[in-house]
Parts: sequence; C-alpha cells; structure tokens
Amino acid sequence: MKTVVCIKQVLQLGDEVEFTDDGLDVDPDYLDPALNEWDSFATEEALQLRERLGGEVVLVTCGSKASEAALRRCLAMGADRAIRIEGVDRDPFSVARALAEVVSAENADLVLCGVQSSDAVQAATGTALAELLDLPRAAVVTKVDYDAGARTAVVDRELEGGLVDRVEIDTPAVLTIQTGINEPRYANLRAIKQAEQVEIDVRNAAGGGAPAYRVRKMFVPDRGEGAEMIDGSPAEIAARIASIVKERLV
Amino acid sequence: MSVLVVAEHLRGQIRDVTRELITAGRELGPVTVAVIAQDPGSLVDAVNIDGVTEIVTVTIGAGEFENDTYQAAVEALIADRKPRVTLLGFTVNSMGYGPAAAVKLGLGFASDVHGIALEGDAVVATRSFYGSKVNAELEFPGAEGVMLLLRPTVWSPAEGVGDASVAALEVVAAPSRARHREVVEATTSSDVDITQADFLLSIGRGIGDKENVEMFQELAAKMGATLSVSRPLVDAGWMPSSRQVGQSGKTVKPSVYLAFGISGAVQHLAGMKASGTIIAINTDPEAAIFNVAQYGAKADLFDVAEELEKLY
Repeated sequence: MKTVVCIKQVLQLGDEVEFTDDGLDVDPDYLDPALNEWDSFATEEALQLRERLGGEVVLVTCGSKASEAALRRCLAMGADRAIRIEGVDRDPFSVARALAEVVSAENADLVLCGVQSSDAVQAATGTALAELLDLPRAAVVTKVDYDAGARTAVVDRELEGGLVDRVEIDTPAVLTIQTGINEPRYANLRAIKQAEQVEIDVRNAAGGGAPAYRVRKMFVPDRGEGAEMIDGSPAEIAARIASIVKERLV
Repeated sequence: MSVLVVAEHLRGQIRDVTRELITAGRELGPVTVAVIAQDPGSLVDAVNIDGVTEIVTVTIGAGEFENDTYQAAVEALIADRKPRVTLLGFTVNSMGYGPAAAVKLGLGFASDVHGIALEGDAVVATRSFYGSKVNAELEFPGAEGVMLLLRPTVWSPAEGVGDASVAALEVVAAPSRARHREVVEATTSSDVDITQADFLLSIGRGIGDKENVEMFQELAAKMGATLSVSRPLVDAGWMPSSRQVGQSGKTVKPSVYLAFGISGAVQHLAGMKASGTIIAINTDPEAAIFNVAQYGAKADLFDVAEELEKLY
C-alpha cells in the first residue's frame, strides 16, 4: 500500500519578538524551525501501516530549502522518499492546492496530515486537500483500522469532552491525525546520517487560486492586566502560593 | 451584513458553542441559524434566541454528524441565502467540512478566530499565530463570502427568547463517504472525576519526565488537591485521559487551579479559564497561561514544588 504524509516545518517564537518591516509577519531571526508535532504522529502511523501491510511512505511538504530539515527528520524515522514544493503561500488553501497537485499524482491508498500546525492552528489544510482531491476524509483521528486493499477503514475521531465518534470511511481517504495516536519513534544516529544523503524531489507550485486570507497586520496583543507576578526565592514563592490557596479555599 | 450560523448538536442537544456563534453573529447583522439534523424540528426552540431572525431546517438521514452531508447542506444554504459571513464553531466536526466547503466555494476562510470587526462592508478577523504570542488581522479581498470558525468560550452564550421565522430547505445529498457508527466514551469512569474537585493541581509538559509525575502526585495529596494534567502527558501515556483538562478532555471550574509547567495552549485554556483563582508557575515568562492566571511565578517548578511540600 502507499501512504502519503503531508508535513510542515513550523516556526516557533521565543521570548522576544520583532516584526518584518512591512509588519505582516514575525522577523525570521526570532523564529526557530521544528517539525510540526502532529506530523510526527502522522508519519509514525504511516510507518506502522507499512510495517503491517508493506508498501511505501511518501512525504510531501511546502516550503523553502530550509524546510527540508523537517523532511529529513521523517526520512530518518523511516519514510521512503520526500517531495518539497517551492513557492507556496503559507495560508491553508494555497498549501492545500499545491499539495493536491502532487498528491493526486501519487495515487495513494491513504493520505495522512497532522490535525493542525502548531504555529498557525488552522486545522484546515487536510480537509481542504481532501476536497481538492475529491476524497472522503475524517478529521482528528485517534485510531485507524485499515487493511491493505480494503475499500473502507474504521477510524475513531476525537470529539470534545472525552467523546469518540467511530466512523466507517471509504478509501482512499484523507485522515488528519491527532497527537497521542501512537508513540513516534526516535531515529538512531545512523538513520539520521543516511537521511542527510537522500535526494529530495523539488517541485514548483503551479500557483493560482485565491488564498484563504491575507494578513494585513501582525502585532503583540495587549495582554490586559495579566497575572500578578510573584517574585522572590522558591521558598518565598511557595509561601505566597500557600497563603493564596488557603485564603481561596475557605 | 447577513450572517449564517450553523448550529452544532450532539446526541439530541444543541452544543454551547452554537449560542456563542449567535452572540458573535448578531453583532454583525441579522442571523439565520441552520439546523441540520435527522429531526431538526426538535432543536428549533433551543436556537430561537434574541437576534436570530430566521431558522432554516435541513432534514438529513443520519442521526449524528457526517461530514459529506453537512458539507452538502451548508453549500446549499450558502447558495440559497447568500450570507456574507458564515460562522461555525472551531470544533472537531467543523474541521471536517468547513474548510472543504470554503475552498470549493471560493470563500475567504479563517479558523480559531477570536475577534471580528466590520469596516464598511469588509470583514476583518483577528486570530493568533506562533503559539498565541502574536495576533494578526486578516482580510478577505475579493471573496464574495467569508467562512469563519470561531474559537469556543470567547463570546458569551446568547440569551433571550427570539421570534425567528422557521423555514425548511430541501437538500439532496449523496450518502456520506464517511459514515457515523457510534459515539463512545473515551474515558473510563473508574478514576477520579476532576470536574468535581474544588482544588486542582495541574501539571504539563514542563515537568519533563514521567518519573516526576509521582512527586507532583504526592504534593497534590499533601495540599489536599486533585491532580490533573494537560494533553501532552496523556498523549505520552503518563496519565489517563480522565485526568485531562481542556477541550478534548474535561472542562473544569475549581476554586483554585494551580498549574505547574503548563504553557497554556488554547485548547487547555478553554477548559480551565473559568476557574476561581488560577496560579501558574512556568519557566517561560511569555507563557500564554499567564494571560488567564491571576497569579504567576517565573521559577523552576521543582524548586517551588519542594518548598511547597515543606509547608504542608
């Protein structure tokens, strides 16, 4: 069987922030790249399917050369090959359109995405991708029950408040994978070194289509009063906390 | 500005987020609420709220949510009523069809939206990026309509009885390619019920190692608190999901919520921000949890925990 996993290199903001001159994004100097947490679970799920059913795991990402680090992390986990698409805007519809072009040519049995990315939290790309591929989909999946060549899979969707929606879904399908579905493996040093050598297939996005939105301004929100910060030594902090707790628990 | 709100329901009950969407919607203009259900008539009264001018029912075959059916129904509603703004909750169900309908219809789209403004005829949505550390204003130039998925618990639930007219819209939808089978409880009830606790000591990713859970368990016992956790600890298998606070876990409202090493993901904050007093200890002074906490300390968790233990 063939599973395509769509991944993203996310950007994490530290304690300090400066914006680009146009004010539309954070200055890249203040952002640290990382593999999106959800995508490591999606990759692991694909690898487990391959271990059970044979076949191939193909990675796809949209991003600059720098985002190949995320692809290589998943290659080191055990994915077979990787495709990077250049020149794509970061909004979920632009990403979904670029992915759709590449993914549709792969004729995969399953397409896995993370539920959302930690830097944008739109939870939209996978579902939009499914629409563009005209595939069934399920969002926020915590369990996949699938046999090679089967025409349906049974998946659990995690609803709010500790409820699970069990769904039968026609395949091929797009599933967005929730954290906790499995235990993503660590790559060993040899695998990491080998992944450095893998040639990544670079494509250019065809472009076209309206973005989901346009950012017109990015800013640090007014936090309001925020928390009253307790200063002092750990002992002083503990004493203050104990007295607040005591006062509030009458 | 015409607004379409899609009601969300589960097991025959309208979910709270629907009334929050009505609050957000009625600030923009007359609100049409769509009820898509096997027996929509039974849910009409629950959404006939002040500010709702029309309720449109769509009768479907499935007893619970199915994403293809909802997508077909919402596309038909948008084609028929032509709302400028369509509001859904930023919920698991909406994630399964909202972006699909929006990309297909060429709508402007944003999710986890926590602010909406009108500038003349243009919608401006505010949402966060980069771990909620910055906000962005989004615009939707050229789009005929906009679909926004709103963050739950931001708008207060709409109240007051309305006098909406009720109409039915017939939608012919092909059978969903993803079919609901059953709703099951993810958690076993044998563990404690954290929603009943008056004092929660809650731990998050910041505790670092599984071995450290025990230390906080002991501290909680000494302080007379119940131990709860944020999602990463459940994902890692360190604690059962019955102890999880947040949107996918439990919504809690204790008198005191004492958080160690929880940065404050949006989904976590939604599950605990109504607590009486929130005290947070974190090494990151920019952690989002400090925005909802009344008291905070930037300190080493373990040092503070050790000192606290001495006091009990």
